[in-house]
Amino acid sequence: MSKRVAITGNEAVAQAMRQINPDVVAAYPITPQTEIVQIFSTFVADGNVDTEFVTVESEHSAMSATIGASAAGARAMTATSSQGLALMWEMLYIAAGLRLPIVAPVVNRALSAPINIHCDHSDTMGARDSGWVQIYSENAQEAYDNLIQAVRIAEHADVQIPAMVCMDGFIVSHGMENAELLDDHVVRSFVGQRTPRHSLLDVDNPATFGALDFADWYFEHRRQLADAQTYVKGVVLDVAKEFAKISGRNYGLFESYRLDDAELAVVVLNSAAGTAKAVVDDLRQQGMKAGLLKIRLFRPFPHDEIVAALAGKKAIAVLDRADGLSTMGGPVFVDVRSAMYDAPGPKMVNYIYGLGGRDVDTEQIAGVYWDLARIAETGKVTSPVTYLGVRE
Amino acid sequence: MANLKELTKKDELLCGGHRACAGCAAPIVVRQALKALDTPVVVGCATGCLEVTTTIYPFTSWNVPFVHSAFENSAATISGAEAAYRALKKKGKITRDIQFIAFGGDGGTYDIGFQSLSGAMERGHDMVYICYDNEAYMNTGIQRSSATPKGASTTTSPAGKVIPGKVQFRKDLTAVMAAHNIPYVAQAVPSQWNDFITKVQKALAVEGPAFINVLAPCRLGWQFDPAETIDIMRGAVETCFWPLYEVENGVWKVTHKPREKKPVRGWLEKQGRFRHLFRPENEHIIEEIQADIDRNWAALLARAGAA
Repeated sequence: MSKRVAITGNEAVAQAMRQINPDVVAAYPITPQTEIVQIFSTFVADGNVDTEFVTVESEHSAMSATIGASAAGARAMTATSSQGLALMWEMLYIAAGLRLPIVAPVVNRALSAPINIHCDHSDTMGARDSGWVQIYSENAQEAYDNLIQAVRIAEHADVQIPAMVCMDGFIVSHGMENAELLDDHVVRSFVGQRTPRHSLLDVDNPATFGALDFADWYFEHRRQLADAQTYVKGVVLDVAKEFAKISGRNYGLFESYRLDDAELAVVVLNSAAGTAKAVVDDLRQQGMKAGLLKIRLFRPFPHDEIVAALAGKKAIAVLDRADGLSTMGGPVFVDVRSAMYDAPGPKMVNYIYGLGGRDVDTEQIAGVYWDLARIAETGKVTSPVTYLGVRE
Repeated sequence: MANLKELTKKDELLCGGHRACAGCAAPIVVRQALKALDTPVVVGCATGCLEVTTTIYPFTSWNVPFVHSAFENSAATISGAEAAYRALKKKGKITRDIQFIAFGGDGGTYDIGFQSLSGAMERGHDMVYICYDNEAYMNTGIQRSSATPKGASTTTSPAGKVIPGKVQFRKDLTAVMAAHNIPYVAQAVPSQWNDFITKVQKALAVEGPAFINVLAPCRLGWQFDPAETIDIMRGAVETCFWPLYEVENGVWKVTHKPREKKPVRGWLEKQGRFRHLFRPENEHIIEEIQADIDRNWAALLARAGAA
């Protein structure tokens, strides 16, 4: 029997890790992820998991040890935030390039400088081209569900790519919510055992991991990694279907909220989607045809499906909780707008919001919809990129 | 003690055909180290000469499982593989006994990989870390490292008109590793193959981490005839520039005491990297190097109770 509990995002993720019972976890504490490492340590200390917990001296070593463990055939996990993910950056690319199906929860936090411990997405957005699968979660329930599914996605024979599951620092990691946890045995049978194709521990069939590619092979191996990305969305949907059977909860590549007949749409990731849904409900009551698209799978980017969902809208606003600093808007905006280039053209604008944990409220998001209404009516975009809720 | 006849019968776990320079000591270090094994091994390696010359896709020289991930993390990477081994053995998925060896050059060990090494040793993984110390960043073209000896000319500490090569003395990494209070630490060199292989056997036998620092002359960086690699190694030992010793469970022991400690001058003379020291205005540096060797040798003997 699954059970409904009051739980924080960090607790929910730590519980998912306990139920996954990975062979190796190598992790280093960092706010706001620290609780995950602490809670998991108690599982190790109390014998609730079989995991070898490697208490590394840095996030660089966390990812390096996770890579070593995964190459040795283990199911290996880590967890981090912000500067920790930045310190892993070199190794993220190597984990993906070596095709190691590592799974890591990432608790989104702003990057320095200035130093700031609160939520934005600049950490994981910086890793978006590393080759990792990126799945975003609105709340603790989704973070829990996504982490369990990520094991199956990453390890799928057609994929073999590491996956990070993102949730908002403090807002979700430390906020108490109602969530439903599955039974241990249900999760364990859902994730099953990892069956690696090659392993360092297969000493009778010695293999070399991490060989040197020159110009005669590097391109082909990177092309294979790109090809594997094309299988991800199908696997994400298949795994979601199976997960629905054990949980009753349905997941797609993204969530459409009152989007089908909407004329004005907002695109957003993670916890701000909850706030935006309340705004949509309110504006619908006022007669505005407002809708929302919450991206779940951001990498690889499900462009065809997103274009199909947004085609025919009159105006679209993409909300980015990270700035690309290109003077052309945030990373989600750049991708969505690029995907929409060939679609019959809704006007598109970008809002950078919530950096460093700045609250975004219903009034601000309602303001975005009213901006869209004006754009739809006049056909004119006066400000393609707007900083929302900042003192100018 | 290793038996040469027996050793020659063992499989070559690092095959020929790799692209290391003629006279390179790194493959000699690896071949001898792997001769010490009686059980299967998983090898890790930092980015560097050894890695790039032995794993050019689609070829590999390694007849054992091998992993390279990056430059500064050979120890952390192998520590993860060792953790996986413990986990999978506990679950009964692995039944064989397997050893773990991480290799790194002095760049990947003394400098950029030092934190990763220190962490892995402190955590107590059952692994052996072997540094092949060629005393500079040879793979990128002979830049100075913290293992480069004082006076040596490298491409980032060139012997110039006002600065005569590397200004600083090298870091005593072996002593630093001994300060980690791990079960086994040693300093070795392949010219004394029996001493080296015996040390690897001891390092493999202990439960927990072990560290061996092996001098690995680079004929390009040190500038000597490639036929003289082993002689250069011998000279390093005879001058006490590279003393052979071990620290077993905290007990220091000199494993080879030269019958006659030779002056360093003759050894420096054989290497182009020290050529500029023989100009009259730089002669004092040779004296400083000699004084440093004398001081360190006396300190080692005192530490080992062999003075």
